[in-house]
Amino acid sequence: MKASVIVFPASNCDRDVAVALEQVIGVRPNMVWHGDSDVPKSDLIVLPGGFSFGDYLRCGAMAAHSPIMRDVVAKAKAGTPVLGICNGFQVLTEAGLLPGVLMRNASLKFICRDVSLRVERTDTIFANRYGNGGVVTFPIAHHDGNYFADGDMLDRLEGEGQVAFRYCNQDGAPADEANPNGSQRNIAGIYSNCGHILGLMPHPERLADEELGGSDGRLMFESLVSALH
Amino acid sequence: MKARIKITLKSGVLDPQGKAIEHALGGLGFDGIEGVRQGKYIELELAETNPEAAKAQVKEMCKQLLANTVIENYSFELEEA
Repeated sequence: MKASVIVFPASNCDRDVAVALEQVIGVRPNMVWHGDSDVPKSDLIVLPGGFSFGDYLRCGAMAAHSPIMRDVVAKAKAGTPVLGICNGFQVLTEAGLLPGVLMRNASLKFICRDVSLRVERTDTIFANRYGNGGVVTFPIAHHDGNYFADGDMLDRLEGEGQVAFRYCNQDGAPADEANPNGSQRNIAGIYSNCGHILGLMPHPERLADEELGGSDGRLMFESLVSALH
Repeated sequence: MKARIKITLKSGVLDPQGKAIEHALGGLGFDGIEGVRQGKYIELELAETNPEAAKAQVKEMCKQLLANTVIENYSFELEEA
């Protein structure tokens, strides 16, 4: 399996996700600069976390129009799996590959801590190694993670099974007090209609090694390997 | 030509920054504020001299980059240089 990680100016989780991927896949991912025009043939494209282009205008807005994104969008539409983490999720929404938008956290504060997430589906290429309805721990580190879409779109996402992860308490209930950033319906991550594009605010790559305090994130990369190898 | 573009949040979209501004103004003793909505203001200098062509150009810029029409409205005025 070959993965490519897109590197934007001020991406800062590109190397973390490359290490996490390499540990699971056994092959070093391609690191692809945003100014390039072609993504090498890949089984998975990753848009990493960070603060691409200094979050100017809106988070992810500039990166979504980088030269490389034309090819990312074309390959995504042709079926290549794409994973957008944190800033990568923001880029996916700005590029029109996922619906909705990530707004400023309701508290207006940057939040950096571990959160509990309920895994909403385990029949996808990203989550087949997770237990059904399971609760996992991923870290979040963002200022703009407040997922917003209008009511019709939210209903459609729920109806089509596109909600990937929800912020929840330790019992798995998506309670208000477990929602760190004001996201509509506690949404932490969503799939595209076909399920091969995932955007999420929490960082699986930051808890993908027991020595760093947990490995719930590693299961996402193991899921991808078992689905795409 | 000069384009003056205003980008505002759609009604119904929560504006926590506007709320924070409202609280801060209250703290300074400005009473009677019934709501604050904040947004962006952008000025562009355009080489285009034809108002109709300039209007079409700015509209496209707003749709493609300057505003996110999921949550934002945009409006603009053109001014001859």
